[in-house]
Amino acid sequence: MIDATTAFPPARGSSGERLATAAVWSSALLVVGVSVWMLGGLFWQGAGRINWAFLTTEPANAGRSGGIAPMLASTVLVLGVALAVSVPLGLGAAVLLAEFTDSGSVFGRLVRRSLDVLAGVPSVVFALFGNALFCQYLGLGYSILAGGLTLACMVLPVLIRATEEGFRAVPEDYRRAAAALGMSRTGTLWHVLLPAAAPGLAVGLVLGIGRVLGETAALLFTSGYVDRMPESLLDSGRTLSVHIYDLSMNVTGGDANACATAVVLVVLLLVVNAAAGWIARHWMRGKRISE
Amino acid sequence: MSPSAKDRLLLGVLRGCAALAGLLVVVIAAFLILESVPAFRNVGWTRFFSDPAWHPAPRAEAGQFQMLPMLAGTLAVMAGAVLLATPLGVLSAVFCRYYAPPALGNAYRRLIELLSGIPSVVYGFWGLVTLVPLINQVRPPGASLLAGVLVVAIMILPTVALMADGALAQVPQEYLRAAAALGLSRWTTVRAVVLPAAKYGLFTGVMLETGRAIGETMATLMVCGNIVRFPQSVFDPVRTLTANIALEMAYALGDHRSALFASGLLLLVLIVMLAGAAEWIGGEPARD
Amino acid sequence: MRKAGTLWWLGVFGALFSAGCGSNAKPEAQALTTPVAPVAQLEGKLEVTGSSTVAPVVLEAAKRFEKLHPAVRINVQTGGSSRGVADPQKGIADIGMASRALKEDEAKTVVAHLIALDGICVILHKTNRVENLSDEQVMGIYLGKWTNWKDVGGRDAPITVVNKAEGRSTLELFAHYFKLKTAEIKASVIIGDNEQGIKTVAGNPDAIGYVSIGSAEYAAAQGTNIKLLPMNGIAASVENVRNKTFPLSRPLNLVTLPDPNGLKKAFIDYVQSEQVEDLVKELSFVPVR
Repeated sequence: MIDATTAFPPARGSSGERLATAAVWSSALLVVGVSVWMLGGLFWQGAGRINWAFLTTEPANAGRSGGIAPMLASTVLVLGVALAVSVPLGLGAAVLLAEFTDSGSVFGRLVRRSLDVLAGVPSVVFALFGNALFCQYLGLGYSILAGGLTLACMVLPVLIRATEEGFRAVPEDYRRAAAALGMSRTGTLWHVLLPAAAPGLAVGLVLGIGRVLGETAALLFTSGYVDRMPESLLDSGRTLSVHIYDLSMNVTGGDANACATAVVLVVLLLVVNAAAGWIARHWMRGKRISE
Repeated sequence: MSPSAKDRLLLGVLRGCAALAGLLVVVIAAFLILESVPAFRNVGWTRFFSDPAWHPAPRAEAGQFQMLPMLAGTLAVMAGAVLLATPLGVLSAVFCRYYAPPALGNAYRRLIELLSGIPSVVYGFWGLVTLVPLINQVRPPGASLLAGVLVVAIMILPTVALMADGALAQVPQEYLRAAAALGLSRWTTVRAVVLPAAKYGLFTGVMLETGRAIGETMATLMVCGNIVRFPQSVFDPVRTLTANIALEMAYALGDHRSALFASGLLLLVLIVMLAGAAEWIGGEPARD
Repeated sequence: MRKAGTLWWLGVFGALFSAGCGSNAKPEAQALTTPVAPVAQLEGKLEVTGSSTVAPVVLEAAKRFEKLHPAVRINVQTGGSSRGVADPQKGIADIGMASRALKEDEAKTVVAHLIALDGICVILHKTNRVENLSDEQVMGIYLGKWTNWKDVGGRDAPITVVNKAEGRSTLELFAHYFKLKTAEIKASVIIGDNEQGIKTVAGNPDAIGYVSIGSAEYAAAQGTNIKLLPMNGIAASVENVRNKTFPLSRPLNLVTLPDPNGLKKAFIDYVQSEQVEDLVKELSFVPVR
């Protein structure tokens, strides 16, 4: 790749050129400035309150003081339910789309198109759907189970897309070699393709986790507000993001703990995203070696 | 090679998974329709556009169900945010690829990736405690269309910037070499060569950010003031369709609840239309 | 294909249900260590929904009740008085919460259990110069007749009118008292729960809002930047709600289907008993006993 920054002649004195350079640099500066303003402020106010006790105690005085242990637990449980349901389903769908369907087939195109639409459906629409189907028709009420199932529907498109890409990245030689050895398609899938495509699944998983951790609207009306330590999946549970919403909107004097909770959430997401980046990069390197 | 029974079973299971995943959006649409039937029957769809105001009640006769101001709110927030975020996002990507020294460009890309992972409730929280009081000093009440536009613009900026960055990366290197050989300046190359070559990718990015702007719930709920009225200026509070659902769903009953499902259906229709438009113009379904 | 899908969902639910129920068994072990052994061991789960005004009392009472009866779980969700009345009717909740009396048609299907009294008062930011507003002035502000504080004796600044969302009993009672039609109120901000209203007013020097006296007094005692305006010359205080001189007061109720029994009855009795009177007082409501 040529180095784009040095391949051009140095900017000549034309005013249009200088204007453009100024515009490009100032937009970048603006974005950096706003990010620092936002994230900096958040960490400045919130980071100081975070300690071991904050992470391990129950909230007190409507969340103004005390910790976030029940929210952490609820978040993990919602995440667990969402992944337990969406991963097998998404994996199956991705395998079918990548390995057993011609890219031009009607079925494949229909499924892909509907997944594209699904990926764009607003989270509050998922909230309506989840509330109607899981909470009312299936009688789960406001529960971690209902919230997790709603989010499972939500993360499905992301999960399928990334996993499908993972399968597509497996070199064609693998399939031919497996066929030449007389392996069944099931065997090929289990022993050859799945291990080779695992990084794609991992990326999808991590992206899905990111969406679940950050989701608020879909959970307000499916898993509810209760800030007690959950004891079963049928209990209502308040996730970290719902806690931030509640503290900032409904609790006078809740801003400081909302900030601290936001920092915890952002740090969690940073770790998750860094994991995604790391997997993606190692996957690329692995691929290059195998070629 | 004839497929064994195991292979056929596997294929059946996989087909089931894919069909279920594909049908999900149909199931969601079906549920929204099912739940909004009472509203369509008792209120009638014309009243959503002809009633004097939005004062919902559990019984259709007792309430008023005008949705247009909220649709206007949704579209105004969307339009403002997209108009702000698109140039900034595209210029950000141009900065990354063609202006910044490589190390700085990479660091900048990391920052954008970081921003893309931050949940909307955090953006909303920041808007609520920082932006709204600032706007309030200029023109009360602070919670306004402007606050919504700014917060949503910041939120969707990473989407368009990352998509644009990906699209610029796809521009063939020969184009750049040819431009350099012709002695074209940096900005001329970007404007006349790179951006036209990447236009489909840029377009997809705009479509995706538009979808996110329409669907954004928490941030608009927290900073827009939630008054159901056509905004007369950017300092006026507005209520978006999404915020309306989030605000009223907790206590809505009967026809009111059903009307909220109808507004959810309206949102779904907007998104499907957007996906359709993207496919029709871009020639390819929008991708994440 | 759809049938296969349904079966699949059922399978998932089955698996998750059994997982959920499995972990329910835990509290029994803890029961052995409880110092207070109730006559009949209460166990089970109650769903309580409704008014955000009543919720803090019930929430705190529920915590105590759970300590007393370790095998009992009480989930409290807010959503407004209309839901507090409708949810028990529909069977979505076991007990509803309503910060108003039952309407005539509602009283046919559900019964109310009085737990406390409360009032509704107008609140302003602490720094607002205005100390008193007549009923006409409040009416005028909410109808958009006066839009600047200097019209009613304050500084020269536009008034930010904070109104409650439809379906909230606080809005209904407030509108009824001031003879306002909810459709005619010219609001600048719409809020849901009491706390949100207090927070909005505390964060805006030129805002006017109205909330439950209990919530407002509690927040003011916690150091929040709001002040409670007298109504009709009578100070907005718990004392004046107690002696029935405050003009805009209301009952706080628990709502159930007729003849509640078992756990429901036990919990309602508990919330009405003197065992939670200190809680009711601490939250600035008036106990009924």
